[in-house]
Formats: sequence, structure tokens, C-alpha cells
Amino acid sequence: MSASPTRPEGVPSTERAGPVLQVRDLQAHFRTRYFGVNREVKAVDGVTFDIRRDETYGLAGESSSGKTTLIKTVAGLVKPPLEMVGGSVRFSFLPGYDALHRAPPQEVARIRWRHLSYIMQGSMNVLNPLRKVGGTFKDFAARHMGGPGPVFQEKVVEHLGRLRLDPSVLQAYPHELSGGMRQRVTIALATICRPEFIIADEPTTALDVLVQKDVLGMLRSVQREMRSSVLFVTHDMGVHAHLTDRLGIMYAGRLAEEGPTRTLFERPLHPYTRHLIASLPRIGDDTPRKALEGSPPSLADPPPGCRFHPRCPLAMDVCRTAVPKMVEEEPGHRVACHAVSGERAL
Amino acid sequence: MSAPLTVDNVSKTFARGGLLSRRRVAAVSDVSFTVGANGPEIFTIIGESGSGKTTLARMILGLHRPSAGRITLDGTDLATIRGSAARHAFMAKVQPIFQNPFEAFNPLKRLDHYLFLTARRFAGASSTAEEERLTDAALRQVGLSLAEAKGRFPHELSGGQLQRIAIARALISRPKLIVADEPVSMVDASLRMAIVNQFKALRDELGISIIYITHDLATAYYISDRLIIMQKGHVVEAGDARTVLAAPQHPYSRQLREAVLLPETLAVPSTPTLSSTP
Repeated sequence: MSASPTRPEGVPSTERAGPVLQVRDLQAHFRTRYFGVNREVKAVDGVTFDIRRDETYGLAGESSSGKTTLIKTVAGLVKPPLEMVGGSVRFSFLPGYDALHRAPPQEVARIRWRHLSYIMQGSMNVLNPLRKVGGTFKDFAARHMGGPGPVFQEKVVEHLGRLRLDPSVLQAYPHELSGGMRQRVTIALATICRPEFIIADEPTTALDVLVQKDVLGMLRSVQREMRSSVLFVTHDMGVHAHLTDRLGIMYAGRLAEEGPTRTLFERPLHPYTRHLIASLPRIGDDTPRKALEGSPPSLADPPPGCRFHPRCPLAMDVCRTAVPKMVEEEPGHRVACHAVSGERAL
Repeated sequence: MSAPLTVDNVSKTFARGGLLSRRRVAAVSDVSFTVGANGPEIFTIIGESGSGKTTLARMILGLHRPSAGRITLDGTDLATIRGSAARHAFMAKVQPIFQNPFEAFNPLKRLDHYLFLTARRFAGASSTAEEERLTDAALRQVGLSLAEAKGRFPHELSGGQLQRIAIARALISRPKLIVADEPVSMVDASLRMAIVNQFKALRDELGISIIYITHDLATAYYISDRLIIMQKGHVVEAGDARTVLAAPQHPYSRQLREAVLLPETLAVPSTPTLSSTP
């Protein structure tokens, strides 16, 4: 890349038209070597996708499908035994580097929180339990917003108002707040610098249905207002249906299908997605739901070819040998399945 | 046959705070219902955290004594159970399944150890061969076998398999009632239905009544026969699962019903997405 990595701070990105995040053929493996035995777990194995400006991109998949490893790599949290083996992760606000963890620390410090922020699952782990919430705001955001002071304080209070939080929460310790309040505080914390890109890792999984709906609604309204991009990870398909614009379905370290959320729910193509959508229980619908046979493959020794073939009702000979490519079946709707692409070719 | 469990005007209060600032918190207030009066059934308790549903479950399991009211199983008042023999006999009849299968098993012990221990304590197995026979029979009911579980440690199995083993463990003592506290909330979507279907099979094939505790209304609708909805320790709505969930009456139940994120309530795309016509 020839673009200069030293873009002065505060200058808006000129690459607004392009995607904010470009992930190309990303491979992230866990490599361990104990007593001469090498083990390689291919947690993410060849994932390609873009996230555009002003959209919420959902990532769905069961545990051990590699979705957490994927967002770790995107967020630059690559530490042994996790290694980024191949591919690239490019942010529009970080030109010149093909992964966040490969950028020098001062660059990372510049973009963290200002351009890229996170909402984590356990709000208790984000908020310092020994510090009042106001102190945590200073720790995280003050240096990106001209230092602590009355102006900063004013901005914080204004932003809390956006999430319908009372300014008194700044004087509270995290344990004094309820789970839903804490999660709203972490959302406020993640969005206060108006970042272009937010990574949300199961932010509502620990919350109750009522609180969850509230928190999701707020996340969505903040995202709409700031026109930022959100990478939203959860295994709850209901949340995806409710919140995300586009959806990627991961299975065993690869993307199985990707498309606009509505299309995926209405016309899923990949057999795994089809099963996932069909198995959702609905109130008012009594038809028995079938569970998928078998269990997800071990990523240390994944099956050859398509990783879904041992559980797939449409498995053919080619599925056992060749890895299916992501094929764009219709504009914006990509699927990696021999059966689907084969049907269309016939 | 299924054991009629009767919960009669049960309340539970906890004391909080120190000596000087003692406060009483009512976790469960005046709850009454019966389970299994008309044959085996799946009885669901719905509520958010803090609604008292777990406290209620712990009282049914005999882990908490109610502050007021009576819980009887098969005509025996739980408060009158004294001594370990009577206690074991009671525990054999009522078995729990917990939320997180990874925490339910000791990570340092082999899975079969826990299963064999249950067989010895609650099913009266006196020899290794009998332990193995009972364990294998229970595992086969959930689609596994002893050969798959023997000698394995919890980390070697997936969450869904572990939860199935937890169900099998509860089946060893041939219970009449299973109390399942949020058994699928830690399990992925594709495995969730396997577990939930398993509960239906237990009810239909083995005649076991199940108390299913959840905040997920969609799975509750799918499996339960009757349900109660709890808010702050009180039962706000009770009745036939389909009737209640199709048309909830209480404002809180309606709120819960509306908060369910169904695929039908799809988000409106905020970006102009490409035309999706093929």
C-alpha cells in the first residue's frame, strides 16, 4: 500500500464510499507446540467479507464456529497461540496495514476508541469495579476528546441522555447498576467518541428479553444517528432478524452464506442456513422442529471438502472432496454450497 | 405414573443487610400450582431475572425451605423430610438439570464417575456391572451410550453432548419430576431443538413431568402444556400455554410477548441494499 499511514487526526476519511472494513481470505489459526507435538486449530479458515459504512453486519454461528476468533482478529487481539496465518483485515481509517495488530502501537492507540470500539458481553468485565462510572469514562475517552474537563463532562452527559441514562450514573459504582443499565453504560462508552466502527460481541446475551429489546433499540438508534458500522456477533437469530442489515452465517470456521438479513430469512439457500431458520420456534406455530443430526466438527481435524457435508441432507460426492467457493447467487447474496450452485448450473 | 407436585401458597423471603440495616426481600410471594395432576406434563415457569423463578425451583428441589406455605410431592410434605435415607428417596424422585452444562460437571473428574455415583446413590446399584447397566440405559434414552462417555472428561465433549449427559444423569434414578432451570439458554440454536425435543420425548415415552424454567417464550410455546408467568415473586398469569401465549392478558405478559424477537419482526434496512430480485 502506498497510502500514508500518518493521516492527521480529525481529518475525515476520504474513503467513505468504499467499505469501512475489508476482510480478505482471512485465516487465523491457533498453533500450539507442546513436547514436540504440533496442534493447529483452524478456527477461521478463509473468510472474505466487507462491511460498508452505516450498516449493521450480523455474524451468526454456533459456538466453535470461529466467530469469536474472527472478531478477535478483526479487533487486533492476535496473541499466541492465535496467529493470523493469511489474508488481510483492512480498515478504511487505517490505510497501509493489512491487520490491526501489525500496525505500530501509536497508530493503534490513535484509532482505538476514536475510530474503532467494542461492546463486550459481560459489562462487569469492561467497567472497572473499583472506579465510579464517571472515572471509567475519563479513562477510556477523555484523551480522544480533548482531555477531561467541563467540556468533556458536558459531552458525556449529553451522550448519556441519548441512551436515556441519568447523569447520576457517573457517580455510581458498576455494582450499583442493574445489568441492563450497565450494558447501556458500556454502549455509551463505546459510542461516545462517535467511532466509525463498533464491534459488538453478544452484548445482550446475558440480559432479559425485556431489557434486551430496549438495549438493542438504543444501539440501533445510536448507530443510525452516527452512521457508523457495527459488526454484531450473536448466535441468537431473533436478535439478528431484529437488528442487522446484512447477515453472515459461519459454520466451522468459514462463511456458509451471506446476504441481506431479510433475504436470508425469507430465502435461505445453504442447507445449514435453511435448517437454522426452519428450526426457530415461533409462537403460534406447532409444527415439530427437527434437530440437526451430528455435532459440529472439530476444527483441529475438520472434514475435507465442505465442512458441513457430514450433517448435510444434500451432500454429494463432490462435497466430500472439494471446498465450495462463495458464489454470488443473486446480487449481494453469496453462498458456499455445491448443491445450490450446481442446481443453478443445471 | 407421574407424581402430583403441589405447591400451596408458597412464599420465600430472604434477609439482607447486616445487623443494623436488616431488610427482608420477598423472592416468592404466595405461589400455588400443581404439576402432573392429569398425567405427565411440561410445566413452564416464565419470568425475567429477579422474578423468583429460580428460588421457586430450589424450593421444589428441597434446597430452600419455604418461609410460608407447603410443597408436597406424592403427598409427602417436603418440610417433613428428615434423615439422609428419606432425603435420598426424595432426591431420587426429583432431579435437576442446570443451565450451564460446562459448570454442572467437575472438570477434573471423568464423566462416568458422576454418572456411576448417581446410580449408586439414587438407583440402588450395588455392583459396577449394575452401575454400568443403569448408566448405559439412561444414556441410550438421550441418544448416547456409555461407550461414548466412558473415561471422557467434560472438556472433550461439546456443550450439547454435555447437556444430554446431564439429562441422562437425571434419568438414572428414574425420577418422576425433572426441574430444568434454563436448560437451553447456553446452548446454540441448532442444538436447542435437540434438547427441547428430548424433553418432549421424556414426557411422552417415560412419563416424566418437567418443570421448565425459561425466559424464552418461543421454546416455551413449543414444548409446554401449562405455564405460569412470574413477576417480582408473584404469579401474574397462569394457564394453558397456547392460550396464554397466543393472547396474554396481564400487561406484564403482554410486554414479554412483545419483546420476543421473532424472525417476522425483521429490521428495516438502513442502507439502500441492492435489489434482491434474482
